[in-house]
Amino acid sequence: MSAYLSLFRIRFLHNLQYRTAALAGLATQYAWGFMRLLALRAFYAENPAAFPLTFAQAADYVWLQQAFLALYTMWDYDPDIIESVRGGHIAYDLVRPVDMYARWFATTMARRVARAALRCAPILLVAFVLPDPMRLHLPASMLAFALYVLSTMLSVGVASALTTLVYIAHFQLLNFSGLRLMVAAVVDMLSGFTIPLPFYPQALQNVLNLLPFASMHDLPLRLYSGHIAGMAAVQGVALQAFWLAMLLLVGHWWMGRQLQRVIVQGG
Amino acid sequence: MIELNGICKTFRVARRGAGLTRAVRAFVKRDYQVIEALKDVSFRIPDGQMVGYIGPNGAGKSTTIKVMCGVLTPDSGTCVIDGRTPWLERKQHVQHIGAVFGQRSQLWWDVPVGDSMELIRDIYRVDKIDFRTRLDELTELLQLQDLLTTPARSLSLGQRMRCELAASLLHAPRILFLDEPTIGLDAVSKLAVRAFIKRLNQQHGTTVLLTTHDMQDIEALAQRILLIGKGRILLDGTMQDLKAHAGTDKTLIFTYAGDNAPVPGPGMTIREHTPGRLTVAVDTACISVAQAIAQISAQAEITDMEMAAVSAEEMVAGLYREYQI
Amino acid sequence: MRLYLSYFSMHLKSQMQYKGNFVMLLLGQFLVAFASIIGIVFLFARFHQVDGFTFSEVLLCYAAILMAFTLAETFGRGFDRFPVIISNGEFDRALVRPRSLVFQVLVSQIDLTRLGRLLQALLVFAWALPRSGVAWTPDKVLTLALMVFCGAALFFALFVVYAALSFFTLEGLEFMNILTDGGREFGSYPFSIYGKEVLRFVTWVIPLALVQYYPLLYLTGRSANVLHMLTPVLSLLFLLPAWALWRVGLRHYKSTGS
Repeated sequence: MSAYLSLFRIRFLHNLQYRTAALAGLATQYAWGFMRLLALRAFYAENPAAFPLTFAQAADYVWLQQAFLALYTMWDYDPDIIESVRGGHIAYDLVRPVDMYARWFATTMARRVARAALRCAPILLVAFVLPDPMRLHLPASMLAFALYVLSTMLSVGVASALTTLVYIAHFQLLNFSGLRLMVAAVVDMLSGFTIPLPFYPQALQNVLNLLPFASMHDLPLRLYSGHIAGMAAVQGVALQAFWLAMLLLVGHWWMGRQLQRVIVQGG
Repeated sequence: MIELNGICKTFRVARRGAGLTRAVRAFVKRDYQVIEALKDVSFRIPDGQMVGYIGPNGAGKSTTIKVMCGVLTPDSGTCVIDGRTPWLERKQHVQHIGAVFGQRSQLWWDVPVGDSMELIRDIYRVDKIDFRTRLDELTELLQLQDLLTTPARSLSLGQRMRCELAASLLHAPRILFLDEPTIGLDAVSKLAVRAFIKRLNQQHGTTVLLTTHDMQDIEALAQRILLIGKGRILLDGTMQDLKAHAGTDKTLIFTYAGDNAPVPGPGMTIREHTPGRLTVAVDTACISVAQAIAQISAQAEITDMEMAAVSAEEMVAGLYREYQI
Repeated sequence: MRLYLSYFSMHLKSQMQYKGNFVMLLLGQFLVAFASIIGIVFLFARFHQVDGFTFSEVLLCYAAILMAFTLAETFGRGFDRFPVIISNGEFDRALVRPRSLVFQVLVSQIDLTRLGRLLQALLVFAWALPRSGVAWTPDKVLTLALMVFCGAALFFALFVVYAALSFFTLEGLEFMNILTDGGREFGSYPFSIYGKEVLRFVTWVIPLALVQYYPLLYLTGRSANVLHMLTPVLSLLFLLPAWALWRVGLRHYKSTGS
């Protein structure tokens, strides 16, 4: 456990050093949040009735999405892990007494959480003091907030598990940047990054809500503002937990099989 | 001809601390460190000379090379190479120099080496016939026949270095800068590379400036050695000059029979002593080698004796110590 | 130039070495563009129009910007990844070659997988052009062409600015993405929907509106002012400060080293 904590600490310090990069990244996120919201506002002005959320809920969605982007994004991959698979150093890593899957999963989570921890405060701060209705609002209720927090933790788990699966897939091929790109693009579409899931046609939503991708990103953002509440909320969280468990199991099993191959073939 | 006069160059480097409090502090205010990379560097290299450029890491070797290549503009001083100032007339200057930087390859990674060569030919606008002749000659000398059809990523380090050398010479440069050309190579490759460079210098009169930490490269190739430390040229001379400067110690290794260990007299210090084997450093300023041998053999029965010259590495390390660089 | 073609074929050969990954990247790029358009499709399924612009008009806008950006990115990618070129010493190598530096940076990377997005843009054009309600007279065709090609030049100028800045620092440059990637993504919709302030910014500061919004007005018949057709040409002026910044940056680099 302390090993994993120190992984977190290293990541945090590492990120802290690059102040200009941090500022630039912040600026980018503000811009993205703003522009997305402005676009949604234009559509809202067009026809408020057709808007599936209240505008306030949409604002919450967009700002929380930006603030905690690092937790959910599928565009960020640890180059060290990828290199260790491609370059064949994986054999050396096996010498250390840590469960490989757990190590990758923990590193991935630490990376996401550390980045999000650094980024979220400034974004949340600004988002809170913006003028209505573009601002971030307080959560719909204490219960909503509690569910949101729980759901976010599960989300990070799901996202990390998915990312780890992608890493494991690298055992199969030599040059995999194409796969990562495809995965990121597809997941973006299916998880609510491109536009929030509520904007999709209802029929499609029904399917998407069952997939792990919605669990990864869309759900907590809607729990916060109370867009999903009551029984639906509890069901959503339960589904997340289910997906997390599934992905962990599959990942662990698949990793085991790949490592077997490596040991047998010598990398 | 290469002529440098009073070249000075200073850098400002931002400092970063380790640990959390330092990192946060650096977040707010940047700390700068001023580094004087080159202080009044001057030397002249006539055409066709092979020069070894040595010094510890950070002494200013790469900075000097960058200035001579035209990549870096010095703060003051002049540099004239074949009548041109490198950083002012970049394209013309660069047409006539070749450079091999140990870490950075000039070959394309995924395509056969021969294709890289052809592209380099086009970049340097080398006449097609001249190119053919040149390439054939280089292929012969460096044994590149099988390598030309292989992509660079599949080559071993030794093979790649040979290709790099060839690539840097396709346009028949008058001056060749070599930065650590033998680093990481096995013994056979090192010998091949050294032989090639020597031959290049003898046959074509190419001026060669060689930066290296491998003293055997220097011993094999350098007619002249420039020692740089903390931005200054400290020594400029031949290997002999350097050795003379480094000191007059000679090392004698005696193998003797019997249990009585010989006791060296004044002018001699024990380097190492295991039963039956005595290594002694003789200060030839105090006593001669003959006298030293006489002294030791008077005390014990000598069955074997070796005289070891100070290795080039040790000599250079001694120089570094002397100049505190 | 002949040399450019030699480089082009080198890159082609090199990328085709990994055929599998090449195809996946091509598909991936297509999917990324697909993701953006899905957003537009679904939004318009609900709302039918925004700020007075219909679905097919917005598609025209989207395809033009996508094409402009992809052209700039495919051929100008060298500048887009300039920080890498500087930090791994490739630029120093370029300085030791007797060729123009701009040329060498351009040819350092020709990413043919980006053409996946180009394909998408063409498909969208194919769908939207007949449905947009635009009468395709020669002047309208010219407008569209100007939008695409001047747009490409503008994005390229932004890449040059990005590269020039990396002469000074390798950190914190990501904010430029707001203008390049942001320009492409938010430029999928006519800039007017974002409000007056944004429109003013992209007209006067970073002239993206000159290659998108104003010609779009002319294209869709909302404006008969010929000037609107020609605003893309005005945006080419942006190349001047971009080039100036590059020269300044280069001088700075040569006096500080890496």
